Amino acid sequence: MAQDVIVHIQRKDSPDGATYRQTFHVPYEDGMNITTVLQRISAQPVTDEGEHTAPVAYDACCLEEVCGACTMVINGHVRQACSALVDNLLKEQPEITLEPMTKFPVVRDLLVDRSRLFNALKRSKAWVSVDGYWDRGSGPLMAPRDQEEAYPLSRCMSCGCCLEACPQYNDKEDFIGPHAVSQIVLYNTVPAGQSIAPERLDVLAGPGGIAACGNAQNCVKVCPKEIPLTTSIAKAGRAATGHAIRRWFRR
Amino acid sequence: MAEQRVVVVGGGLAGLACAMNLAAEEVPVDLVSLVPVKRSHSVCAQGGINSVNDVTRQQGDTEWKHFDDTVYGGDFLQHQPPVKEMCDWAPKIIDLLDRLGVTFNRSPEGYRDQRRFGGTLYKRTAFAGATTGQQLLYALDDQVRHWEAEGRITKYEYHDFLGPVLDDNGVCRGAVVQNLFTMEIRALPASAVVLGTGGNGLVFGRSTMSTICTGSAAARAFRAGVKYGNGEFMQVHPTAIPGTDKLRLMSESARGEGGRVWVPKKAQDPRDPRDIPASERYYFLEERYPTYGNLVPRDIATREIFDVCVNMGLSVEKERLCVFLDVTELPPETLHKLDGILEIYEKFQGMNPRVTPMKIFPAIHYSMGGMWTDYAKDEKTGGLIAGDPRNQHTNVPGIYAIGEADYHYHGGNRLGANSLLSCIFSGLLVAPCVTNYAKTVKGAAPAKLLEDAAKAEKKRGDDFAKSSGQENPRQIHAELGDIMTRNVTVVRYNKALEETLAKIDELEDRFGRIGCPDGGNWTNQTVTFIRALADMIMMARVITRGALQRDECRGAHFKPDFQIPAPKSDDPAELHQQAEEWCRAFQERNDKWLKSTVVEYNQGDLIFTYEDVDTSLIPPRPRTYGLKGAEIIEKVWKEMQRQRGVQPAAV
Ligand SMILES: Cc1cc2nc3c(=O)[nH]c(=O)nc-3n(C[C@H](O)[C@H](O)[C@H](O)COP(=O)(O)OP(=O)(O)OC[C@H]3O[C@@H](n4cnc5c(N)ncnc54)[C@H](O)[C@@H]3O)c2cc1C
Ligand code: SF4
Ligand code: SF4
Ligand code: FES
Repeated sequence: MAQDVIVHIQRKDSPDGATYRQTFHVPYEDGMNITTVLQRISAQPVTDEGEHTAPVAYDACCLEEVCGACTMVINGHVRQACSALVDNLLKEQPEITLEPMTKFPVVRDLLVDRSRLFNALKRSKAWVSVDGYWDRGSGPLMAPRDQEEAYPLSRCMSCGCCLEACPQYNDKEDFIGPHAVSQIVLYNTVPAGQSIAPERLDVLAGPGGIAACGNAQNCVKVCPKEIPLTTSIAKAGRAATGHAIRRWFRR
Repeated sequence: MAEQRVVVVGGGLAGLACAMNLAAEEVPVDLVSLVPVKRSHSVCAQGGINSVNDVTRQQGDTEWKHFDDTVYGGDFLQHQPPVKEMCDWAPKIIDLLDRLGVTFNRSPEGYRDQRRFGGTLYKRTAFAGATTGQQLLYALDDQVRHWEAEGRITKYEYHDFLGPVLDDNGVCRGAVVQNLFTMEIRALPASAVVLGTGGNGLVFGRSTMSTICTGSAAARAFRAGVKYGNGEFMQVHPTAIPGTDKLRLMSESARGEGGRVWVPKKAQDPRDPRDIPASERYYFLEERYPTYGNLVPRDIATREIFDVCVNMGLSVEKERLCVFLDVTELPPETLHKLDGILEIYEKFQGMNPRVTPMKIFPAIHYSMGGMWTDYAKDEKTGGLIAGDPRNQHTNVPGIYAIGEADYHYHGGNRLGANSLLSCIFSGLLVAPCVTNYAKTVKGAAPAKLLEDAAKAEKKRGDDFAKSSGQENPRQIHAELGDIMTRNVTVVRYNKALEETLAKIDELEDRFGRIGCPDGGNWTNQTVTFIRALADMIMMARVITRGALQRDECRGAHFKPDFQIPAPKSDDPAELHQQAEEWCRAFQERNDKWLKSTVVEYNQGDLIFTYEDVDTSLIPPRPRTYGLKGAEIIEKVWKEMQRQRGVQPAAV
């Protein structure tokens, strides 16, 4: 198969520019992924109509689906460009479409600004609280079964797929999002994270917390790292409810 | 005294460790990174992080043995005091990471589990599945986010470090950075600038590294006067999956957990590998190195794979060189610990490595060399003086370098799982040293100095954006990567290195006639790439000239024309004599070449000097790793050392 790959790309020159589409023909290479396609376009930014255009802006870093940078909407499905192999995409439809994620402001072309995603992690206090980095001996023991539960959650690469899919994540609500809920569950699971666990539960129980989730379960279906988001959400829901009741009694 | 403020460039493990430690000491930090720090290249690290631990200790392991393995692995090219200090800190660093919530794998009782890595006989490596770098980076990223929420750290993500700002006395007073969205350029004032900006694998086109690993920041510091050390020492990892955009790593942990490397004895045997009986497989690493087997250090494994494929013609495929990395015989519990990397193979190759042996080949992986940095040796312990401003300080006052971007710790070859350690170690170590230095900086950075520096960079960027020549920057990069990979990786010949330098001249010349397809001033990724391309061409020259000038074999730097011929006589007396000659040649070689390459940039010229290496703690010795047939060398070397009265290191 030595034919060109036909790629339709949704573009925008700047945050307040107009949205438009361009089509590119890229020579096929064995095993190529969407990042390679975009690299080839950067090298020869000429549309199918022979128009010389500016290279398409996009995000990428690790190229092995661990950094989360390259998320975009490919053939209508949100996923990573680096692990989206052209061979597989062509089985879905004969010509490939690339669009930026819709839940984040577009900076340019396929590049979006995901600050809100990181801010949610800040709101969630997803960290171990320490006062310094001196030698204080080893951490608490952790049963392998707890590690087996925590480790998958610690693989969340902040890619944003789950947020793109979540109907409750939008401009109107200030939902922290499933990824952040899951990080709270992670830090409330690992022994080292216990000391501020109640503060994180406050976030879950507060505005934009777990109550904003409508339980549509879209998030878990699109997570490339197969993070059990709905399990986290269920756990978070129970913990937040219990926490709210306890807090109410303590008043 | 002006308010102390430190700019940390780089949000990988090194930069984050430094930033959080400064923040804990209440020093305000500006953290600059090309990508959101959580997406830094450190996230790719798979296998784990080394330290002596409770279990290995009971098997006779010590910090000193970790230190010995590291300098032996590095072919003695590293200054020993920093390495000793690092190995002494290692168990404490793992403890710290544990307390920060890293989801390390656990033993049935809940202790940290460890695996074995290359270049050692102990299970020293703590790990979190097969994605350890990700877990470590996230733990530190979360720490930094905490300090950010507390207002002690300000992040400049999607920002490119364009260069340091030096005053008339050559002292660093700030850093010029560019916002990669708005393209706005400004100079951040700083009492000190710390560069934790990673390696430069992209000089070779494709490697196991991330797209941001161009070495641009180091090159910019280099142009401003920071010396560069041991550039020619690039690690080629033995096991990577060839790809069109990247050579994805298949971590050493696959072998650490029992994976085996082999080729069919019959060249390009067409059978399904699973149908080839054991007797018709050549487990060349195990046969050649019975003691270390598949876990010889990387430079050795890489050369053996190369030898088997190129010299013996035993590559699994004819058109594409590769060997098998086989984990199919491992039990499911063990494979589970490798899920993170096996998924990568599955995703990108469409084959299940649990069932079919993987096809792998060596790839550029790590920069042992980097910015030259000083250290303050503690004469009593042999390690470092804590908090001394000299540690990790480059030759330019106020510029520090840490992590993969500095030249310490790994010498001629890095051992697996030692880099995550050196990155976090140097990041933690440097914080009080920088603070102590910063206290001595008088007055605020002059506004005019900062403004002028920003203006100069702005002009350079505008010129690139306006450039309309015929040369395509991506094409120049592709050609650079091709020639570097062909001539400056596993096996190096002087003639090919000279050709490479000529090609670099040509590429540099063509760079002068470059055309930028994007003249805009908003998120202009082409201009950013062009800037980095200039840096990669510079680093290519540093690497290649260093390689050309170093006429010897050491660690990852291998020149067949300068090998010392191995003793191989069948007659015992003659063999002994040959071994003596070998040892004498080895000694002479060390007298001449056991030196760090140090390069300085002087108005377009590269000035090379060679610096003595501090080997005061463990005397250098031949590096045989129990190679079959090399026993005689070890024996004779020991005899000769005894005669000379050199004390073998107390291990
Ligand atoms: C695939 C792979 C697997 C590995 N596995 C292991 C392992 O198991 N164990 C081990 O010990 N080591 C491993 N290593 C090596 C190890 O991961 C790296 O050496 C280490 O992560 C480097 O960390 P760092 O902090 O020095 O730099 P990096 O993590 O590379 O970070 C560099 C930072 O600098 C920033 N930066 C760079 N240039 C600029 C600029 N011009 N302007 C602004 N910011 C800039 C980047 O944005 C980034 O934040 C592996 C390496 C690879 C490639
Ligand atoms: S379950 Fe539904 S509403 Fe809740 S986070 Fe997931 S996608 Fe959003
Ligand atoms: S939970 Fe999954 S989909 Fe959501 S950000 Fe994390 S890795 Fe991405
Ligand atoms: S580039 Fe890192 S996930 Fe695709």
